[in-house]
Amino acid sequence: MRAVWQALTRRSGWLGLFGATLLVVLVLLALFGPWLDLPDPTRTNLRARMVGPTITWFSLGAHPLGTDQLGRDILSRIVAGSRVTLMVAGAAVLLGGVLGTLLGLISGYFGGWVDRILMRLVDIQLALPLMLLALMVVAALGPSLRNLIGVLALVSWVRYARIVRGQVLAVREREFVQSARAIGASHSRIILRHILPNVLTPALVVATLELARVIVLEAGLSFLGLGIQPPDPSWGRMLADGRTYISSAWWIITFPGLALMLTVLAVNLLGDWLRDFFDPRLAVR
Amino acid sequence: MALLAIEGLSVGFAREGRFARVIPDLTYSVEAGETLGIVGESGSGKSVHALALLGLLPQPPGRILGGRAVFDGHDLLAMPEARLRDLRGGRIGMIFQDPMTALNPVLTIGRQIAEPLIRHKAMSMRQALDRATDLLALVGIRDGARRLSQYPHEFSGGMRQRVMIAIAISCEPALLIADEPTTALDVTVQGQILDLMAELRDRLRMTMVWITHDMGVVAGIADTIQVMYAGRIMERGPVNAVFASPRSAYTYGLLQSLPHGARPPGGRLMQIPGAPPDMFAPTPGDPFAPRNPFATPRCHREAPPLRAVEDSVAGHMVAAWYDLPRLLA
Repeated sequence: MRAVWQALTRRSGWLGLFGATLLVVLVLLALFGPWLDLPDPTRTNLRARMVGPTITWFSLGAHPLGTDQLGRDILSRIVAGSRVTLMVAGAAVLLGGVLGTLLGLISGYFGGWVDRILMRLVDIQLALPLMLLALMVVAALGPSLRNLIGVLALVSWVRYARIVRGQVLAVREREFVQSARAIGASHSRIILRHILPNVLTPALVVATLELARVIVLEAGLSFLGLGIQPPDPSWGRMLADGRTYISSAWWIITFPGLALMLTVLAVNLLGDWLRDFFDPRLAVR
Repeated sequence: MALLAIEGLSVGFAREGRFARVIPDLTYSVEAGETLGIVGESGSGKSVHALALLGLLPQPPGRILGGRAVFDGHDLLAMPEARLRDLRGGRIGMIFQDPMTALNPVLTIGRQIAEPLIRHKAMSMRQALDRATDLLALVGIRDGARRLSQYPHEFSGGMRQRVMIAIAISCEPALLIADEPTTALDVTVQGQILDLMAELRDRLRMTMVWITHDMGVVAGIADTIQVMYAGRIMERGPVNAVFASPRSAYTYGLLQSLPHGARPPGGRLMQIPGAPPDMFAPTPGDPFAPRNPFATPRCHREAPPLRAVEDSVAGHMVAAWYDLPRLLA
């Protein structure tokens, strides 16, 4: 923990620190959003439609970031949207990560036809445009929170599987695996106890980069109306709604877009830093 | 009674569509309490046959073509994997060559020593760690309790090999197979490890199969020496008898290539000319014949069987058509 902190506060680590801070703020905001004194994000008020941002240097005003075409408060919608986004993305990354890592472990460790089948599956999936695949699945199963998470996990497991498999191929040949077998360890025990800890680092780095990708993908699906369903707020949906008013009410589309961009940036910065931190060839530590 | 009896073991390797029988037909046994030193150069099949016994041979490319390996009344080669797993690390311990890579870098030493104890002796993690402390003391690592929570990179090479030994003997195996356990260590550490192993063997009454390419190491620890070449036994017998009067030209060559005090300093060491045979293209005769200055025409035609040496002690056996002492005289 101390090593992590030292590496973060070092000069080369400031981008990582920036990303980490931003992400922490975001997560706190999402977690404690309901306790903030904000207007109900789903309450419409047609008498206060498309009110511009009221925020000034001295006060927040009634609607700090303005209201949308139905008079809903944009700030509270962004905060509420961050909950949805982070939950969906987090669950999808966790699910996809566990699934992909497990399949990668099996594929790399056992090899043979299991490996060939799994890796061809990965190839096929990587050849399909992600958005198309996600669209297909959501269109077939119908849009719901659960389906959304499932779809996002489905499009992201392949990356873990690939990376983890490659790592396993290298780790498997190391002598400690043979000595584990020589003390009578079973395959599952070798995979989980001896190999998994050795491949967790790259999987973790993939997970952070994947988190950013999944967030964008979720926004994209919601933008197309296949993700989070109204009236629940989501950033992608807000972008879609605000698109029409971009010339008359710029704030409707700008602030959710900014929120999305900052989140993805934060995650990416952290992911990049994490990759460098774990790479022994780059002496970041 | 023989603790381990191998009969007609045959192992092959496939590579690029070609097949090599690296061990054509191997038969030998190890008596309970005996220490057998198996010597041979790279590719002599000494490590491969040990891996094959324990079911650790990667298949493919390796393949066990036949034979039996009876340990304690049960054939290891016919045993289902699950039962073999119970034996490995339990009644049969194994130590590998390179202590630098044989320990998992991301697990603490304690957990790695505890693993076989939990697996085979049904101990709790707590009991196993207690026992691990004792084991570390047994292999000469002091301050074991603190050492248990350290990682392999915090140990030197010799220390790591001691840890490997602790793991291998943790369940007090009846048979310990050591595959070149001192090769990766420098000479002083090698000596210490050798002494430690001899002491542990006597204390735990283990039967030991010690695989090495170093004649000196065998002389130090083994009762019986078995010289292997191209997957065959060239010579076998009590260490003293074989060292005093080698009957195979290969054994003789190995002994001659050792540096020793009787030879004047500054000269070249003896060497065995040529290279080990290509196992993908076997010749009909004695596999060592092409490199053997004493080879007779018959050696090139026909592989000699392993036979008892008439004018030596019991148990001294050789596979040769020629009579080496007479040729040397």
